[in-house]
Amino acid sequence: MLTFIVRRSLWAVLVMFVITVIVFIIFFKTPGVDPARAIAGRNPSPQVLAEVRAQLGLNRPLFIQYGIMMKKIFITRDLVSYSDQGIKVVPEIFAAAPATLSLVFGATVIWIVMAMLMGVAAARLRGTFYDPILMILALIGISCPVFWLGQVVNLVTQSGLHKSVFSWVPPLGYNPLTQGPVLWFEGLIFPWITLSILYIGFYARVLRASVLEIQTEDYVRTARAKGLSEQRVLVRHTLRNSLVTFVSLFGLDFGALVGGGTILTEVVFGIHGVGFLTYEALTNLDLPTIMATVIYGAFFIVLANALVDIGYAWLDPRVRPS
Amino acid sequence: MAAVAEEARTTGLRPATAGRSPWALAWRRLRRNRLALAALGLFVLIVLLSLAAPLYAHDIAHIANPFQPNLNGKTILDGKTVPIMQRGGGILKLGETPIGPTGNLHHYFLGADNTGRDVTSLLLYGGRASLQIGISSAIICCVVATLVALIAGFFGGTTDAILSRIMDVIWAFPVILLAICISTELLTDTQGLRLGPFIIRASSLWVPTYIIAGIYVPYVYRPVRGQVLSVVNKEFVEAAIAQGASNIRLIFSEILPNVVSTVIVLLPLMVATNMLTESALSFLSVGVQPPNVSWGTIINDGQDLLYTRPWVSLAPGIMIVLTVLALNVLGDGVRDALDPRAKLRVD
Repeated sequence: MLTFIVRRSLWAVLVMFVITVIVFIIFFKTPGVDPARAIAGRNPSPQVLAEVRAQLGLNRPLFIQYGIMMKKIFITRDLVSYSDQGIKVVPEIFAAAPATLSLVFGATVIWIVMAMLMGVAAARLRGTFYDPILMILALIGISCPVFWLGQVVNLVTQSGLHKSVFSWVPPLGYNPLTQGPVLWFEGLIFPWITLSILYIGFYARVLRASVLEIQTEDYVRTARAKGLSEQRVLVRHTLRNSLVTFVSLFGLDFGALVGGGTILTEVVFGIHGVGFLTYEALTNLDLPTIMATVIYGAFFIVLANALVDIGYAWLDPRVRPS
Repeated sequence: MAAVAEEARTTGLRPATAGRSPWALAWRRLRRNRLALAALGLFVLIVLLSLAAPLYAHDIAHIANPFQPNLNGKTILDGKTVPIMQRGGGILKLGETPIGPTGNLHHYFLGADNTGRDVTSLLLYGGRASLQIGISSAIICCVVATLVALIAGFFGGTTDAILSRIMDVIWAFPVILLAICISTELLTDTQGLRLGPFIIRASSLWVPTYIIAGIYVPYVYRPVRGQVLSVVNKEFVEAAIAQGASNIRLIFSEILPNVVSTVIVLLPLMVATNMLTESALSFLSVGVQPPNVSWGTIINDGQDLLYTRPWVSLAPGIMIVLTVLALNVLGDGVRDALDPRAKLRVD
């Protein structure tokens, strides 16, 4: 087990290294694009261009350029954004992280509860009228672009019914938890629901399929033959095994969301998290910020991948390579 | 089958049982699935509507260039000539608001966008771009992934290890962020990407197509490689080796036909995923670039008009949901038809 953890962690570090190299190559070595011009923002003056070249060592060998870049992101954390009045990028990302984390945590709770209810209900109601209805609802959830769903939700809660049912919904934006949990909750409840819909649909389908598959296993038949109640068979034998797939998928999606996968939801609801930061950087073509947020996002995904694999090996010794 | 029937007629003998190819069987199963057929019909209808975009713009709405801003234009509403950009509309009664839906197919059926362009025409043209990117990127992605999976699975060993590790790295990359990286870098320079003699302009539809195709290669590669590995040691491959078949022949005539059904099951689902990704990138303004429009860019334009002219956003969103839903239902149907004993079946 220990060797597996060590090997998996080393692989994660290697993947992280390769990803930073790819990001570096995309931004510094795209054929036909001058990195200094691209990094210095729109219509840079010659002084700024010269400063960028000197700061990032653009006239030095490639691997030194890469080293300078990584030092500025990970060690000295003084990578500055030229489109945004020289603001330091890395502290800005950490300041934006609580908003993204709030969004992801709430959505996660909703999606786990709803997906389990829907998936198990559909599997139990198989052959009845309700199963296809639930699965079509799940498919519709998967088919909605999240940013458009957010617009529809805004249209209803901020405009259409804002004078009657939804008058308690605060204006778009993020209210930190420190300013009062009620306002924090009221401002985030609709972003949470919007973000979770896609995942509810996806996880309900996966869980249903997995429950149906496991129900045909021998040990489930044995459990029934022992005379266990249907509920006990479902919870103790079927569901527990279905959760292995569920948890491993969940780890990856959670990592992807914390790492910036919430960008669309954040943009539509005006939540100033890491995704919104990336979006602002996009509209200003602010490359240093994009570079830093991408590496930040990749870090979480690589970490989540590694944790899922290690957790999986811990739960199921068969996947551990000897 | 036709040959068998022909032989039966000429020789006067009835074949014991008429052979049916797996494809014919799959098609028969798909035909019995009413939901999947309805989804196929809906998808074909959406494709036809999008193909008819120029027809609608020129012959029904009479718009010479639907992409041209039309800030000073006029149109006819209830028999009266009215300006397209109306003064003092909206909540604040300030500035100009484009005309809303008129319900008249000849005159701004769904209203106008921020620059006075006809939303209905843009919607149809946008469908062309969205469908073109979705379909062509899915095909490119599936072809590349299948080739890599065939090579990795067939040669195994170091080749497999290296290719699989490369795929793992792409897999670990945040999908939207990777696309954002590449798109922004290309957008900082209007010259576009130069690869030897090929120049891909930043405004070309091929930029988002290649980006989306590239980022999803590992998602197709993994299941196809698994399929290749399960086939590569079967007896018929050994038999072909014993007959002296070359590697190329082994890969393309022995193994490929046995994995192609996996790819076909994935294809409609990839088109759906790619269309959603395209709309997300276009919404973030790093996908389809002006003067082209796609459903995603129209939703992005509609963001500013959300509370005054919601149909600018609603219409393309509904089109995306319908198209993607049709493709997902069709994908489920194709999977059930081609692989009735599949493990992960929805029904």
